[in-house]
Amino acid sequence: MPKQIILAAHFPGVNNTTVWSDPRAGSQIDFSSFEYLAKTAERGLFDFFFLAEGLRLREQRGLIHDLDVVGRPDTITVLTALAAVTEHLGLAGTLNATYHEPYELARQLATLDHLSGGRAAWNVVTSPGAFFGANFRRGGFLDHADRYVRAAEFIATARTLWDSDGGDVAVGNSQFDIRGRFGVPRSPQGHPVILQAGDSDGGRELAAEHSDAIFSRHHRIDDARRFYRDVKDRLAKYGRTEDSLKIIPGVSYVLGDSDADAQEKAHHIRRLQVSPQTAILLLEQLWNTDLSGYDAEGPLPDIDPVLDEDDTIIKGRAGMYPDRLATARDWRARAEAKNLSIRDLIIEVTGRQNFIGTPARVAELLNEYVQTGACDGFILVPHLTPAGLDDFVDRVVPLLQERGVFRTGYSGTTLRENLGLA
Amino acid sequence: MTLHLAVALTGDSFDAGHWIRQAGLADDAGLDFMTFEDRFGRYGPDAVQVAARVAPLTRHVGLVPVATTTHTEPFHLSTALATLDWVSRGRAGWQVRVSTDPAEAALLGRREPLPAEELLAEAGDAIEVVRRLWDSWEDDAIIRDTATGRYIDRDRVHYIDFEGPHFSVKGPSIVPRPPQGQPVVAALAHGPQVWDRLDADVFFVTPSDAGDAARHVRRIVPEKKVFADLTVGGHVPTDAATFNGTPVQLADLIQNWWTVSGVDGFRLRVTDVADVTGALVPELRRRGLFQPSATPVLRERLGLGPAVNRYQEAGRA
Ligand SMILES: Cc1cc2nc3c(=O)[nH]c(=O)nc-3n(C[C@H](O)[C@H](O)[C@H](O)COP(=O)(O)O)c2cc1C
Repeated sequence: MPKQIILAAHFPGVNNTTVWSDPRAGSQIDFSSFEYLAKTAERGLFDFFFLAEGLRLREQRGLIHDLDVVGRPDTITVLTALAAVTEHLGLAGTLNATYHEPYELARQLATLDHLSGGRAAWNVVTSPGAFFGANFRRGGFLDHADRYVRAAEFIATARTLWDSDGGDVAVGNSQFDIRGRFGVPRSPQGHPVILQAGDSDGGRELAAEHSDAIFSRHHRIDDARRFYRDVKDRLAKYGRTEDSLKIIPGVSYVLGDSDADAQEKAHHIRRLQVSPQTAILLLEQLWNTDLSGYDAEGPLPDIDPVLDEDDTIIKGRAGMYPDRLATARDWRARAEAKNLSIRDLIIEVTGRQNFIGTPARVAELLNEYVQTGACDGFILVPHLTPAGLDDFVDRVVPLLQERGVFRTGYSGTTLRENLGLA
Repeated sequence: MTLHLAVALTGDSFDAGHWIRQAGLADDAGLDFMTFEDRFGRYGPDAVQVAARVAPLTRHVGLVPVATTTHTEPFHLSTALATLDWVSRGRAGWQVRVSTDPAEAALLGRREPLPAEELLAEAGDAIEVVRRLWDSWEDDAIIRDTATGRYIDRDRVHYIDFEGPHFSVKGPSIVPRPPQGQPVVAALAHGPQVWDRLDADVFFVTPSDAGDAARHVRRIVPEKKVFADLTVGGHVPTDAATFNGTPVQLADLIQNWWTVSGVDGFRLRVTDVADVTGALVPELRRRGLFQPSATPVLRERLGLGPAVNRYQEAGRA
């Protein structure tokens, strides 16, 4: 049997991928939108539903960011409600290891696992800085370098609690000191599925040691293959096999009746995603300085980016540019070679649309990624709420099934079983 | 005027089906709300999640989980309860609880519990933060203005800038203002240290008889809703009066207490909602004492006025 593809549905997030200006765009907060997307994903036999989290509204140039969707529900609460309207779909939520506490969060995840019949998953993120801390008791208490020390001990502590079968526990490590009765019996999955989304060396190492899957941002095929090898090669030293860690990049797709039709649609969506104002804001995120004086239809700035990672112009979003100078050089070269304006360039370099074409073409491309060691599956990020995955479920899923690379029915009862994890 | 009727559940089941059946009974009988007991370290599921799990499967009944302010983050409490209001479409409440138990503190691993007096002060601050965060988005903050490319009007989203001895919270919330604006805040109150100090909408009191219930009502400001707690069945003494007898006798007692004391309603502590909905509710309806409200919005069911947004009012003043 060929390798099977993992599919997940990302609820449209709070960045410019989500097009709210389209007349078909529904509410980002009404429960009916969550229910609709989750039921669509379940109709398409997806592995899981995925929710991101940000513990403070994003700010840019010191102001609350107002160009993209703003606001979303509490992760655990909405996932627990979704358990009521779905039966098989995994329910994965992003939760921050820096601003939650192990007893409380382990209890909530185990409760979700019980109340959903074994469908809970936790995407462990750390905080990119102290910005979120202003909303919490301890403020920005954790040094950036210690974020993964805490995350690793958090996961280990949660697993100790889950393994207690509701009984007495005593945990003492560099981060936590916990004693008492956990009070939640062993949940259907034993351990809810753990995903990890950090991209630094520390993040990758944490994933190799502790997690079941990685939500990655490496979506171009060469880059994805490099990332895949890098992470899978880290597994042996922890005594793990390659298929015990699934690599699942976030990707977007556009379908058309012909490849040319799809390209045209994709371009239209990109222009909606990158308005002139958004183009300047996204450029500022690399340049790390105020560029509001620049014209989005004009050329790129000839000044260099500001290298101050402790005080970034965007707050509340993970850093995306490990080497600002090199990326800026690359962007300038591209813009000059093709005579692109700021907006054209941003449209070209910031998208995640790697899968554009007829349903047959998209099915073929997705399968190529999975069969050639670029990833184990995909977290699909639709640009419309809540109906953005309808066409994929109706038109692409059947073709993947025909190829024998995607399930025709749920075989397991828990998410762990459906993902093929032990 | 109708009396209000609620049930308090203490169940420890991890079976979703159990909670769905219990909530379904309360929903069908037109009860005003159900509370879900909780405490850290108990054997049992997280109460906010139990409420969220039954929310999409019920239509009318208010869902009021216990959530503790000691050791927890007011920011997380606020967003979880706002989300419960979204997923229940305006039926969320919160029963505030403090934790004095050192065993709970050891589980959370953060610090020893404070003296009771200070725990209540901290709970007061937590309620203030939770409420400010609920108001931190005005109802019309989402504008979707394609002309200017703006999704929100940032002038209608507010920092709360709360600073207190135990926590400081900047805000705004990450969740848009919930359907009720302010979900209903409730607290179990054994005395004035709670009902005079906590900014709750509903107090659960524990009078010993009708006359005692009347004394409670006189001591609590009239804007607050007062529910008398009664433990139904059982022989273990509790902080609330215990009733053992037939449904008709319980209806007699409720009628007597209600007429004499002026409480707004009763919260019956039960192990099975069927003990209330089976014979008692029909009896109270037959006597014309209980008429289920037609509105699904919890604030409206309880006769609490629309929740004025403190930031919106300040902006207009
Ligand atoms: C694909 C992807 C998605 C992420 N989603 C979130 C998120 O929803 N919320 C969040 O707080 N951080 C998110 N992050 C941030 C990371 O989890 C991590 O905290 C951050 O990147 C800092 O760790 P690093 O230095 O290892 O990358 C995401 C990162 C990636 C790569």
